[in-house]
Amino acid sequence: MAGHFEPLAGGGAAVALDEVEVSILRSLAVQLLELIGPGDDGGPDAADPLARLFAEGPSEPPADPALARLFPDAYGDPDKEQDRQERAHSAEFRRYTENDLRTRKREDALGMVRSLDSLSVAGDSAAVLRLTPEDCARWLGTLNDLRLTIGARLEITNEDDGDALFRLPDEDPRKPMVMAYLWLGGLQETLVEALMA
Amino acid sequence: MSVAPVEIERPETGESPFAVTEPDVPWVTLVHNDPVNLMSYVTYVFQAYFGYSKDKAHRLMLDVHHKGRATVSSGSREEMERDVQAMHGYGLWATLSQDR
Repeated sequence: MAGHFEPLAGGGAAVALDEVEVSILRSLAVQLLELIGPGDDGGPDAADPLARLFAEGPSEPPADPALARLFPDAYGDPDKEQDRQERAHSAEFRRYTENDLRTRKREDALGMVRSLDSLSVAGDSAAVLRLTPEDCARWLGTLNDLRLTIGARLEITNEDDGDALFRLPDEDPRKPMVMAYLWLGGLQETLVEALMA
Repeated sequence: MSVAPVEIERPETGESPFAVTEPDVPWVTLVHNDPVNLMSYVTYVFQAYFGYSKDKAHRLMLDVHHKGRATVSSGSREEMERDVQAMHGYGLWATLSQDR
């Protein structure tokens, strides 16, 4: 069952992970946490939970392409230039939703880190990680966010890009990232299957 | 379970200075194709969030994949903003627009 999830009786799913796999997943989840960031401007009121509750989020899309994909504009046709009204509506939507969205994505990624930390793996043998249905939802979100992030870094913008990347020669510097991308895809695919079983 | 059609008397708006001639056009949530999201995951999201049947969710996913986008829900602007926010939460690329 290495590298893929299986459904658990009574809900949830299980996956066997060895030490290297745990460390790769953990490191990717931590990098995602760093990328997403705290989701507020960290101003003088950052420590005050009440002030944070009413703090407005950003109105501009993130400059980083991976973050821009995780937090897209809510108005406008992706194939066309946005008009003034679509830009204004997107900015307003972003101010009221992006902080919440960042918080949720952070919590999901933290959930993955916690699950991994609960697992004791030693030596060459894999340990079986059992996830509750709630954990599965968090993992599914984070696996997807990781694939979107790596997809943005690999500049996968259409289906042909993906196919070309899968045929990279071994010496290509992007090869490890492509391997991680494919591996995460297998984990996500089998987790979806386990949840729909 | 059904609701009998009821004639609703529309309030006269002719005299109101605040009346805006905005037609009652519904808003829609559109999900756009992207090369990263798994087809099985997109189907799962449509089932899990909207409660659509497996067949309907699968059909919508294929529309996204082949036509580049699909209308996945319609309603008021507020409802569509909620759906778009949820889709972004799942990592799907969604926008809302007025269906005209």
